[in-house]
Amino acid sequence: MDHVPTPSQTVGPFFHFSLTTAEHCIGCIAGPLVPGERVWLQCRVLDGENVPVPDAMIEIWQADAEGRYYSEADSENAVDPAWRGFGRMATGEDGICKFETIKPGRVPWPGSGLQSPHLKVAIFARGMLKQLFTRIYFANDPANQEDPVLQRVPQERRETLMAHMDAERPGHWRFDVHLQGELETVFFDV
Amino acid sequence: MDSLAQKKAAIQPYLRHQPGTQPSSLYEPYRATVLRSPRKPLVYLPHTLSEVTGPVFGWEGIAQNDNDLTRQHGGEPLGERIIVTGRVLESNGRPVPNTLIEIWQANSAGRYTHIKDQHPAPLDPNFSGTGRTLTDEHGAYRFVTIKPGPYPWLNHHNAWRPAHIHFSVFGRAFISRLITQMYFPGDPLFAFDPIFQSVPDEKARQRMISSFDLETTQPQWATGYRFDIVLRGPEATPCKT
Ligand SMILES: [Fe+3]
Repeated sequence: MDHVPTPSQTVGPFFHFSLTTAEHCIGCIAGPLVPGERVWLQCRVLDGENVPVPDAMIEIWQADAEGRYYSEADSENAVDPAWRGFGRMATGEDGICKFETIKPGRVPWPGSGLQSPHLKVAIFARGMLKQLFTRIYFANDPANQEDPVLQRVPQERRETLMAHMDAERPGHWRFDVHLQGELETVFFDV
Repeated sequence: MDSLAQKKAAIQPYLRHQPGTQPSSLYEPYRATVLRSPRKPLVYLPHTLSEVTGPVFGWEGIAQNDNDLTRQHGGEPLGERIIVTGRVLESNGRPVPNTLIEIWQANSAGRYTHIKDQHPAPLDPNFSGTGRTLTDEHGAYRFVTIKPGPYPWLNHHNAWRPAHIHFSVFGRAFISRLITQMYFPGDPLFAFDPIFQSVPDEKARQRMISSFDLETTQPQWATGYRFDIVLRGPEATPCKT
């Protein structure tokens, strides 16, 4: 057989009873015992008319506080019941889903240097024939200034990749995904 | 340098899709894509550890009947019992062992157990329509289920989805993650279905269609279908032709 990848198809409107049941959704990426700066993250997905998307699924992949991914390419402890670094939640009627995690450490950039702390994000939904990939960075982290990925993003669009901390509630961050429109989030061709 | 440090220093980039082999985000005949597709150019990203790593599964529970959707209730579901089997491979041909596959589907009447499914077709108390399994050491998987029925949707007048099973597969990397739909050979609805037709390349479209397989078929019990899934993998070294 040939080895051209199988085409993607939309997740459709009816994935919840399989992928994001109470048993199979993962809102808690890092429990209280995982070391690191605690992050309560609220993500919201909006369509091209700024209407919340009530049937999206967000998946998050991240490194631990030391900047290590628990995956065969980056860790000898790839299988660790206490920490996987993966989360996934369905959005509610308000287009919102929430995660509890820790701020990841800095991950190496190929060759040399380090990336600024970030979460990898994939968005799936009815009306999306394939997932869109973006990244969540933490606004005002000084390392953002030298992040090699952010440097590839036009200056005026970098803001779309920033989660912002609620001034009244330390540790609580918000991130909006605009699928389309003036505030369209930067999506990556990976 | 130890082998892990070597792996981290030399990241093998993953294959990038050839034009036409995947759907575009915007495909107007599928109306819901119009407001849910980006219009600004995507930003090209070289692959880093963030892209080529991905979650590992295997230590959490897969329950005994998770891969047999006909045995999850007190009685047997109605419909045509089928076996769906195949392998998960990377584009370089390497099998993907121990990767999580999740499936969900309508019952034989074309109705999902999902609370929002309004199709006036009967639910089957003996069929939930969701399953999960891990691939074995050769990348192989196997489900027993019921052939799903086609169902109507509101995309356009008299719109019907061809019978399909939704597949969610992880693979080794966050960027190899695939959600797709498996179709059945010879479905008369293919020509009218904008989701199936959203894949421009004819040969690529055919890769979403399972094939009837007499070898998988079990006498007096169930017909068999093969469905191999190919995920993006590290770029193969180009070979000379
Ligand atoms: Fe469906």
